[in-house]
Amino acid sequence: MLTELEKQLLNDYQQGMPLVSEPYSEIARELNQKGFSVSENDIINSLSSLKERGMVSRVGPVFKPQKVGGSTLAAIAVPDERMEEVAQIVNHFSQVNHNYKREHHLNLWFVVTAGSQEEVEQVLKDIEQQTGLSVMNLPMEQDYHIDLGFPLWC
Amino acid sequence: MTLELLDQQLIANIQDGLELTSKPFASIAAQLGISEQKVIKRMEQLKDNGTIKRLGVVVRHRELGFKANAMVVWDIPDDSVAQIAQRIASFDCVTLCYQRPRRLPYWSYNLFSMIHGKDRDSVLERLANLVELLELQDIEHTPLFSTKCFKQRGARYIDPDKIISGSISPLPLLSDKQKVSSPSAQEFILPIVKNHAYG
Repeated sequence: MLTELEKQLLNDYQQGMPLVSEPYSEIARELNQKGFSVSENDIINSLSSLKERGMVSRVGPVFKPQKVGGSTLAAIAVPDERMEEVAQIVNHFSQVNHNYKREHHLNLWFVVTAGSQEEVEQVLKDIEQQTGLSVMNLPMEQDYHIDLGFPLWC
Repeated sequence: MTLELLDQQLIANIQDGLELTSKPFASIAAQLGISEQKVIKRMEQLKDNGTIKRLGVVVRHRELGFKANAMVVWDIPDDSVAQIAQRIASFDCVTLCYQRPRRLPYWSYNLFSMIHGKDRDSVLERLANLVELLELQDIEHTPLFSTKCFKQRGARYIDPDKIISGSISPLPLLSDKQKVSSPSAQEFILPIVKNHAYG
């Protein structure tokens, strides 16, 4: 179960974290204006607890990757009997940050993010070499989405 | 120290998240050997120029009950993809909407959108709703549901060790040319989107 404070933090603070010296104190102040009665410590403890419970991966920035390095979405058509093995090979690369099995002939989909586009392409080559399977490279050409966070209670 | 190197060090310090302590920016400042005010100022600039898309709580959908997600892919004529993509992206429960190249004859879809939901049926219902409202019945599309998550974590762009060894080239953070010409990809699954429509 989530407390009201946790719900507020999860829904209202996916963006707009205050860029001030004591941001968690500022969040407490903002919430108290909305009728809460919370301290900086309550905010820090709630966020720590949400992290420990796995509901929050981090409190921090989401970058626009083409501005800070290279990234791509890639897919492989993996024979069913090799799925676990191939997924582990892909997972092994530190530059892979998402890796999902999906319902399609192309059934393994992963995101590669690195300091440069050259490094991204090298990772794809290495994966092809280590798995013996072709990797389809689908780099982003255009982003149509404005990232304001995910509405959890809509 | 060049600005580029400072940006690299700053990004390396914040990419895994801020400390959950009273003064997280002071802590970064101490590690970089600069003032807390300078860290805050530079982060404001990175937000203003779009390098940081958003700053705050990054949630894990699955753990919050959004157990189903489908990557819905669309084959949209090139001359109308921008217009249709913007309308798809405007839907509340669409969390990503990217154009990517076709790879014919193996892959004919050029638009990728992510729809999350509590379960498979709710994702399909949202998709059907979207198709009907935007009158996309004639556009070929298919949902690729995820059936297993092998890995999910925040993107890591910079290896701090590589900064020290000097093997990373300066980041073109402020280059307009980069903005226009870069063909590289976009962050793919991180939780995302519109504003709260409580109901």
